[in-house]
Amino acid sequence: MPAAYPLPTDLSPTTVANTASLLRIIALALISSAAIASRLFAVINFESIIHEFDPWFNYRATRVLASKGFYEFWNWFDPTAWYPLGRVVGGTIYPGLMATSGVIYNILHALNLPVDIRNICVLLAPGFSAFTAWATYMFTKEMKDESAGLLAAAFIGIVPGYISRSVAGSYDNEAIAIFLLMFTFFAWIKALKQGSAFWGTIAAVFYFYMVAAWGGYAFITNMIPLHVLVLMLMGRFTSRLYVAYSSWYAIGTLASMQVPFVGFQPVRTSEHMAALGVFGLLQIVAFGQLVRAHVSSKQFQGLLFAAVVFTGAIGFFGIVGLTYKGWIAPWTGRFYSLWDTGYAKKYIPIIASVSEHQPTAWPSFFMDLHFLIFLFPAGVVMCFRTLRDEHIFVIIYAVVASYFAGVMVRLMLTLTPVVCVSAAVALSSLMDAYLDPTEPEVEDEKKESSTPASVVAKSSTSTTTPATPATGKKSKKSKDKETSAPAGGVLGELVSNVASSAVAANSAAPTQKGIFGLDTRVVVLLNTIGMLLFFVVHCTWVTSNAYSSPSVVLSSTNSDGSQHIIDDFREAYYWLRQNTAEDAVVMSWWDYGYQIAGMADRPTLVDNNTWNNTHIATVGKAMSSPEEIAYPILRKHDVSYVLVIFGGLIGYSGDDINKFLWMVRIAQGVWPDEIQEPNYFNRGEYRVDSEASPAMRDCLMYKMSYYRFAELFGSQQAVDRVRGQQVPAQGPTLDYLDEAFTSENWIVRIYEVKKDDVLGRDLKIANAFDQGKKRKRTKPTSRRKAISA
Amino acid sequence: MAGPKSSSKSSSASSETSAAIATLWKSYLDETPDRLKFIDAFLSFIVLSGVLQFAYCVLVTNYPFNAFLAGFASSVGQFVLTASLRAQVNPENRSEFKDVSPERAFADFALGSIVLHFFVFNFLG
Repeated sequence: MPAAYPLPTDLSPTTVANTASLLRIIALALISSAAIASRLFAVINFESIIHEFDPWFNYRATRVLASKGFYEFWNWFDPTAWYPLGRVVGGTIYPGLMATSGVIYNILHALNLPVDIRNICVLLAPGFSAFTAWATYMFTKEMKDESAGLLAAAFIGIVPGYISRSVAGSYDNEAIAIFLLMFTFFAWIKALKQGSAFWGTIAAVFYFYMVAAWGGYAFITNMIPLHVLVLMLMGRFTSRLYVAYSSWYAIGTLASMQVPFVGFQPVRTSEHMAALGVFGLLQIVAFGQLVRAHVSSKQFQGLLFAAVVFTGAIGFFGIVGLTYKGWIAPWTGRFYSLWDTGYAKKYIPIIASVSEHQPTAWPSFFMDLHFLIFLFPAGVVMCFRTLRDEHIFVIIYAVVASYFAGVMVRLMLTLTPVVCVSAAVALSSLMDAYLDPTEPEVEDEKKESSTPASVVAKSSTSTTTPATPATGKKSKKSKDKETSAPAGGVLGELVSNVASSAVAANSAAPTQKGIFGLDTRVVVLLNTIGMLLFFVVHCTWVTSNAYSSPSVVLSSTNSDGSQHIIDDFREAYYWLRQNTAEDAVVMSWWDYGYQIAGMADRPTLVDNNTWNNTHIATVGKAMSSPEEIAYPILRKHDVSYVLVIFGGLIGYSGDDINKFLWMVRIAQGVWPDEIQEPNYFNRGEYRVDSEASPAMRDCLMYKMSYYRFAELFGSQQAVDRVRGQQVPAQGPTLDYLDEAFTSENWIVRIYEVKKDDVLGRDLKIANAFDQGKKRKRTKPTSRRKAISA
Repeated sequence: MAGPKSSSKSSSASSETSAAIATLWKSYLDETPDRLKFIDAFLSFIVLSGVLQFAYCVLVTNYPFNAFLAGFASSVGQFVLTASLRAQVNPENRSEFKDVSPERAFADFALGSIVLHFFVFNFLG
């Protein structure tokens, strides 16, 4: 066989194999360190701090676990959350994340490494991203080979779609869940390939870990049965399939019920019924196979008919009856919103109000996946070309995850692994074709054997071979096609030659494919390397700029380019911690509940675990009502302080005024008579300036946000920088609340709820009386001034 | 699952079906190795125990629901693990399970059962 470039021939196969495996290990180690390193931007740019909202609760729970032990954590009742209801934390969380950190903490301390629990929490996600890279390597290895695995590992290590949820400090369930997802899928593929109950059990155990770690486990619960169902419908039922699925389902389902938060759901809710149904179907099919082995086909058809009719009727009436009697709960709201994107907005505003439940914008696909999104379809097509059982899994995964990623932003996370896997398969096929040194010059060999047909082949060879370098540049554009096309297939201009040479090649060796010449390879490979380099640059840029902000600490750039840290949140939370009574209840919108509990250590009315819609609506009502109506609500809930986020001064757009309409909508869902969304608009426009609607101007949220805001600007016109509107110079007045604290950049404003008036008057009257006295005292002076002037 | 299935077929009676069942039974007795018959005996015992538990749950009470689930899941789980073992050691399936020798199959079976019963025990309450 002629080669495009020489290969050393004096190497023994064992040396090659050993070197290859050593190189693989080194590559995986480097990928892991790259994955960890690129997640540390947040720590370097800011500090080792827990990010965002939910992580603050996870961190707080982990601290309890680390300091008091697992049993205390399991039975932990948190009286400060959802004041006055409290929260049974042990039974309402997925404990996998905290348990993982707790175990790591205890191991490190047993080794006399006194690492702070906060640093473990901050660095858990980067650490697990290295495991994810490894799991993806193993998974992709099952799809194609080791080199595709390494590419996939490198992709998942640095792809922004996954980094967005796993930077250092983003201590959330997803941090470990993606590793568990990939490893469960890998174990499943392995179990299916080998027909091994061992791997089925491994898959079940990791499924259990996944259930304990993330609510997204339902994705696995439905992906694997779907895969099995498709395989069965394609007539690919095998005993291996039976072994793998049965062992996974029987152990995995029982294991998943050990998590208190999941409880009996696997046998009670519709989300889990698909897995159960496929399990039952598989048993029937397996039994059918057994019967078929023992009877003639005609008799079998009779038996099959009777059995199908009987079991079908039983199963149908069983499911209908159980649902009717309320044994199987119907789909939950979050699930409906996956199918009907408008559903949540209509019926459950609390779900729609979360920004990560919004549909995905198209640019974010490119932003999160860069060139992988172009390779992704190519990889899926390559899966169709081989189409073993495991490739069907990737295809189904790709289709399902693409749909879900389009529906909800946060589900981009489940799409990312399959994009990395199939892009790696596509890219590695390309590299395989172009790195392979053998050249397909079958015609030459044939010429030597001197058959009459070789005369035609010879003539075509002589035209084809010199033409290849000239068209090398063209071939790079259609490189995906080229890998599958026969050797001469890309030479567009030489159609006639192609036809004759293809005929000749087909007659000689129909499977012969390959690339001619060194320059073709170099051009294509340089292009590929260029794409990979751009990918790395893009990933690093996106990670450092978009995904590494803790959102607890903000930063802006000064005019000289230096970084300016805006630390209003912590300033305000520490003010609360140090200046208020320990049992002072703080009311805020639910977004800040976990942060207040974590940083200020004060009881909150509502927090990010949005389980009680009415309670949240109560807060929404208080915020969107006039003071007189809000005050009794505040007093009934023992609220001492009200906290609002206001970005109007420095242009922080994620503030409460921008979230305010959701408060109104959620409150309207519970009190449709008292709160109506249209009242907060002025002729269909959401305004905060002098044109604001009366309901808007009177509501507590508006008053607290803009209280004394205009004074800050002195004689100039006060401008809200987020909304870009001019705020009236005569700001709102407060009768029932007192400004207690406003942070440096006015992002956090805290108001103290006034106690009842000592004389028993209404606070408004008392306030008016106080001001009235002042006015009496000042009025004569001003009048005198006017006269004298 | 084997038990109720064969009885279900006889209930949808026709003379042809019953003849087919007779053939099936005879063929089973003749062609199955003794080892597999032994496994099948265990399987039918598990089915019996599962059916009993289910009948108890439906007819009497499901009160400690976790205990019922644990018991029933142990029946179902043990059944499928044993059925998997049966499929793996079946000489007819030799070509399908290239990576799983009968010894390996038994080790898998033992491991799966241990993990299963660990969870069963934990869930009994």
